[in-house]
Amino acid sequence: MAALLNNSARVALRSGASATFKAGAAGLTFTRGKATLPDLPYDYGALEPSISGKIMELHHNNHHKTYVNGYNTAVEQLEAALAKGDINAQIALKPAVNFHGGGHLNHSLFWKNLAPKSAGGGEPPSGALAKAIDSTYGGLGEFQSKMNAALAGVQGSGWAWLVRDKLTGRIAIRTYANQDPVVGQWEPLLGIDAWEHAYYLQYQNRKAEYFSAIWDVINWKEVEKRFA
Amino acid sequence: MSHTLPALPYAYDALEPVISKQIMELHHQKHHQAYVNNLNAALSAQASAASADDVPTLIALQQKLRFNGGGHINHSLFWKNLTPPGTPGNDLGGAPALSEAIASRWGSHEAFVKAFGAELLGLQGSGWGWLVSKGGAKGQLEIVTTKDQDPINAPDVPVFGVDMWEHAYYLQYLNNKAGYVEGIWKIIHWAEAEKRYNAGVENLLKL
Repeated sequence: MAALLNNSARVALRSGASATFKAGAAGLTFTRGKATLPDLPYDYGALEPSISGKIMELHHNNHHKTYVNGYNTAVEQLEAALAKGDINAQIALKPAVNFHGGGHLNHSLFWKNLAPKSAGGGEPPSGALAKAIDSTYGGLGEFQSKMNAALAGVQGSGWAWLVRDKLTGRIAIRTYANQDPVVGQWEPLLGIDAWEHAYYLQYQNRKAEYFSAIWDVINWKEVEKRFA
Repeated sequence: MSHTLPALPYAYDALEPVISKQIMELHHQKHHQAYVNNLNAALSAQASAASADDVPTLIALQQKLRFNGGGHINHSLFWKNLTPPGTPGNDLGGAPALSEAIASRWGSHEAFVKAFGAELLGLQGSGWGWLVSKGGAKGQLEIVTTKDQDPINAPDVPVFGVDMWEHAYYLQYLNNKAGYVEGIWKIIHWAEAEKRYNAGVENLLKL
């Protein structure tokens, strides 16, 4: 564990994650049979001071990896149940697929909708997305306040997302419990992780400070891409 | 009538090495205190809404009451069903009726510990694991998990509970929640559990 938390291990850890990986509003594509942990597009310490390197390392290399492993296990079991025509087992596996698959999707989107300040993190959105936020919320600041209120209102573990309604094209803020993914009528644009493991080592119970600080490392360029 | 934070029945560092002083301080003074404060606020809003016969507001308040009332109840039960390691309360011998019921339900104490641990580790998201006596004192024993701050509802009796929110262990165990689950047995207050199993919990907030 000591080695894991050592910053010098960072590069070695990152080079171990070599999945071919594509994330976007449409979801993820896995070119191998199994899901793999995507590489972070920046160093573990690159989001400091908003999110500490230690949090990022545990969050990516331990938590996200556990979702990847759990998803692969659930899918193996699901394939076996499908092969046997075992409907009961298929239904019983739904929560595991939802939880671990959701955890994998959510974190993969999350890493990409964050960026270090040096790479444009925190720079306000422009173009059509900025217009949509202005017309829906009256401005970026108002949107951030509403998103922070939604995050603060998550009772237990979960996420808050800026989403687009596929039926109307309108944007909205929605919260999801645990690792429930943004699917169906809604497309994920920007997600913020409100699980305690996302902030506790640095902010403890002062989660409002985390919700406030994370805007400095939001990658609006990525959100614009998803919105386009 | 407003609720207050109950004092811990031991010092903040008394559960070490199983649970660190820092975790206990934050958990009790910050997290539990926030549930108490938010419960009081919700109750006061409820009283106003009730006197105004404002039914939509009353309905909207239910979730806040459940979450914060549950958080207050669960933590109050939790502090009392823990005891410093090596103290007489942690001796299973102090729970003769309960340990007999556990052995008859699960085959052995070890089998129960294993089954309970598996339930705790299987929780998806925040929640609690409980040993519950169904239908009242000396009832059928069941392992029950509840999400977020949902409490065990009457007539079922919460014999003891284990907090599986990340704030309960993360500063010490990080993502190794199995390590926390393994350690918790060194601080379960079996004498308190025996009392609840035999006589129930009369008032969840007047423990």
